[in-house]
Amino acid sequence: MILSVNDLGISFGGLRAVDDFHIGIEQGELYGLIGPNGAGKTTVFNLLTGVYRPDEGKILLDGDDITGLSTIEINRAGIARTFQNIRLFKDLSVLDNVKIGLHNRFSYSTLEGILRLPNYFRTEKEMNVNAEELLEVFGLKDEKETLSKNLPYGKQRKLEIARALATAPKLLLLDEPAAGMNPNETGELMETIRFVRDHFKMTILLIEHDMKLVAGICERLTVLNFGSVLVEGETEKVLNDPEVIRAYLGED
Amino acid sequence: MKFTKQTKHDLITCGIVAAFYILVTILSATGHLSNHFRGLLVPLCYYAIAAVSLNLVVGILGDLSLGHAGFMCIGAFSSSLFSVAVKNSGLPSPLRFLIALVIGTLMAALFGFLIGIPVLRLNGDYLAIVTLAFGEIIKNFLSAVYLGYDEAGIHASFKSFQLQGEGKMLINGAMGIQGTPMDSSFTVAVLLLLITLAVVMNIVNSRTGRAIMAIRDNRIAAESVGINVTSYKMLAFTVSAAIAGCAGVLFSHNTTTLTASSTYFGYNVSIMILVYVVLGGIGSIRGSVIAAAVLYVLPEMLRGLSTYRMLIYSIVLIVMMLINWAPGAIAFRERYGIMAFLRRRNENRGKEGQRS
Amino acid sequence: MLNFLTYLINGLSLGSIYAIIALGYTMVYGIAKMLNFAHGDVIMIGSYLIYTGMITWGMHPVPAILLAVVGCTILGITTEKIAYKPLRGAGSSLAVLITAIGVSYFLQNLSLLIFTANPKSFTSVVGWEGVSLFGGELKIQGVTIVTIIVSLLVLAVLQFFINRTKQGQAMIAVSEDKGAASLMGINVNRTISLTFAIGSGLAAIAGALLCSAYPNLTPYTGAMPGIKAFVAAVLGGIGSIPGAMIGGLLLGVIESLSKRYISTQLSDAIVFSILIIVLLIRPTGLLGKKIQEKV
Repeated sequence: MILSVNDLGISFGGLRAVDDFHIGIEQGELYGLIGPNGAGKTTVFNLLTGVYRPDEGKILLDGDDITGLSTIEINRAGIARTFQNIRLFKDLSVLDNVKIGLHNRFSYSTLEGILRLPNYFRTEKEMNVNAEELLEVFGLKDEKETLSKNLPYGKQRKLEIARALATAPKLLLLDEPAAGMNPNETGELMETIRFVRDHFKMTILLIEHDMKLVAGICERLTVLNFGSVLVEGETEKVLNDPEVIRAYLGED
Repeated sequence: MKFTKQTKHDLITCGIVAAFYILVTILSATGHLSNHFRGLLVPLCYYAIAAVSLNLVVGILGDLSLGHAGFMCIGAFSSSLFSVAVKNSGLPSPLRFLIALVIGTLMAALFGFLIGIPVLRLNGDYLAIVTLAFGEIIKNFLSAVYLGYDEAGIHASFKSFQLQGEGKMLINGAMGIQGTPMDSSFTVAVLLLLITLAVVMNIVNSRTGRAIMAIRDNRIAAESVGINVTSYKMLAFTVSAAIAGCAGVLFSHNTTTLTASSTYFGYNVSIMILVYVVLGGIGSIRGSVIAAAVLYVLPEMLRGLSTYRMLIYSIVLIVMMLINWAPGAIAFRERYGIMAFLRRRNENRGKEGQRS
Repeated sequence: MLNFLTYLINGLSLGSIYAIIALGYTMVYGIAKMLNFAHGDVIMIGSYLIYTGMITWGMHPVPAILLAVVGCTILGITTEKIAYKPLRGAGSSLAVLITAIGVSYFLQNLSLLIFTANPKSFTSVVGWEGVSLFGGELKIQGVTIVTIIVSLLVLAVLQFFINRTKQGQAMIAVSEDKGAASLMGINVNRTISLTFAIGSGLAAIAGALLCSAYPNLTPYTGAMPGIKAFVAAVLGGIGSIPGAMIGGLLLGVIESLSKRYISTQLSDAIVFSILIIVLLIRPTGLLGKKIQEKV
């Protein structure tokens, strides 16, 4: 199992934001985390990536305990993510955004950079090759010199995924990747996500409100309601579960 | 050899400095420069160095520091202390200056590092006021301290004291350090400016620089891709302090009387350097150098206008900020400015080209 | 002991002046989110206005102060309109900071042109000699007592204004969220103008008290008290009215006592060290609110 989470919980003040959350994701799976607004989905992502430290529970990544590690350590351990409200390095080029994702995989010291020693040129070249390969996959290679803030919205979303993949994660978390997209763009995005899974043998956990996307690409789902797991299982079963429908539509 | 666009841009920046140096040297040799102007050359360089160093923090790291004059002050005092102490020891002056330079730069780096540890946790305006406070503390402390040595050993105090027998006052309270050898020159200053430019521009165009700029653009995203925010912030701040210290070394070896007064090292000086950085373009290294040179020399050349010159300077400063930054002015420029006119013309030409 | 008491009271009086300036500073910062480096220079302009009124035109202190308050209020509103308002919505907060520095240079050099760099000897606006306690062992100057009383009055009036009046509530709303405030029908521009007006008016009062206690008036008189008042505002928690008061008083007392008991030269260093220590323990000041960025 790539990700295995048990009894995860956190409170803010007196408010129980996430309670007894659990999930198990297999290598290569495309897994969806859904639920009504305010159910605590993004909070779960923030717990998984170390933005918040869980009050209790255990997070195992590929068998290693990563509970309580910092965001940086968790990324190095192998979780990368995108954000609900896009967070690119907006004043840097598309290429540089991806190269920053490569930061920990290709290294030379600051001094080597200042003195421009051979290692600097060698490593920079490797980074460029790698970054351009990734950009190629996402159809962004022609815009590599563009400042990321000048990209159209859909491409910004793609660039964020490319940057996350540049860190060579074991698990990719996508926080509402289709937010703000029109049906055409969403369709394209579904293709991209499926492609990423197949091409990189990536395990993906995504939060999404767009049911068409969820039904279209996720193999299994967990439904979160009021901070705890309501239902989990195969996509089709979960989406037809009366409890899930009630949670979304409210009680009558 | 093929250069990238960025490398070309950087080489041009260095070229501008070199061309300026050659021009000034020729004019000076042929007797076309006044003594007054020649006296401005070294200060011009150290303020340009200081501006580049501050730009590393303000433009590249994206944090506001109002205490860089304090780092200059540390560089100036620590290096002068060394130079004055070994003045009569027979050390050749280039070597003496080199060691002084290393000492001043390292001391400023050390203080930058120590101050950075607590300070860089703060954000925005809080960081600004705390760096200002640190700058003032450094200046205040150095203008209050007395340091000297005599037969009984080294003495340091906040009250003035008498030396016993053979000895020397090194720092004499508000009177500062007397008799620093004039080891800096325009050539040395330009060399240091070029080295500064190379260091800062190479950092910016490296893995390190990308990490620093990532923190500036989005701290949370930088952490999410595994960039150690704290250590890169510290690195940028320490390097910046070191370079400001280097500017301080040039400062102190260009004057025989070094005092930690507000005129030279107060927060007003930090602000003046910040003005260079902002008017030169936040994040633009070349802009910092040019702005520092122009804005330092211009008021000095307007000495004839005496009292009016600073008034004019302040009005120009306000007007330039409004023109450059006000959303209204930007919108106006985009619609009616020269660049917009040229762009429209090019677009029209492009369309015509497609048709034919 | 009496010696200590004298310095403590002097410190409270100095602190009261810082507090009045800091109140203006904190309000302006809260609403415009800008480091107004020109605020200290408004104090200086106010002091010159009082000086001109009293010495050149032979006015009574009270109308002279009123003149300065009106003058500074107009100055505050005008600078906001000309220099700061056009920059609202500019991408960088640095732009407005540098503009404020430009305004500060402008005011200093204008005064330099009109009044020259020669210090003017300011006549105290408080005629009262003060009180003498313990058989003359403890003398408290009139201006010291008046300063403390005035600052308490200012605090009380401001608290009432902010919490009990519609305009005051509008200020809080604008400082929290300009967009939402304007959707609620609050005139944001007018509210910001009003804040600058109040801050600058307070600066004039602070100028009167400052120069009565320290009668050496030059074009640079306002700069350092301006910075210290900002330090006080940050110390107390910027945006907080009681915080500015506490920060100001604390700063004044520390400055006065360290001048007496530690070192005159190092007193500024000590004041600034206190700021740093407080911010390390409480990064948003004594009474400041904690803000966390949402991911």
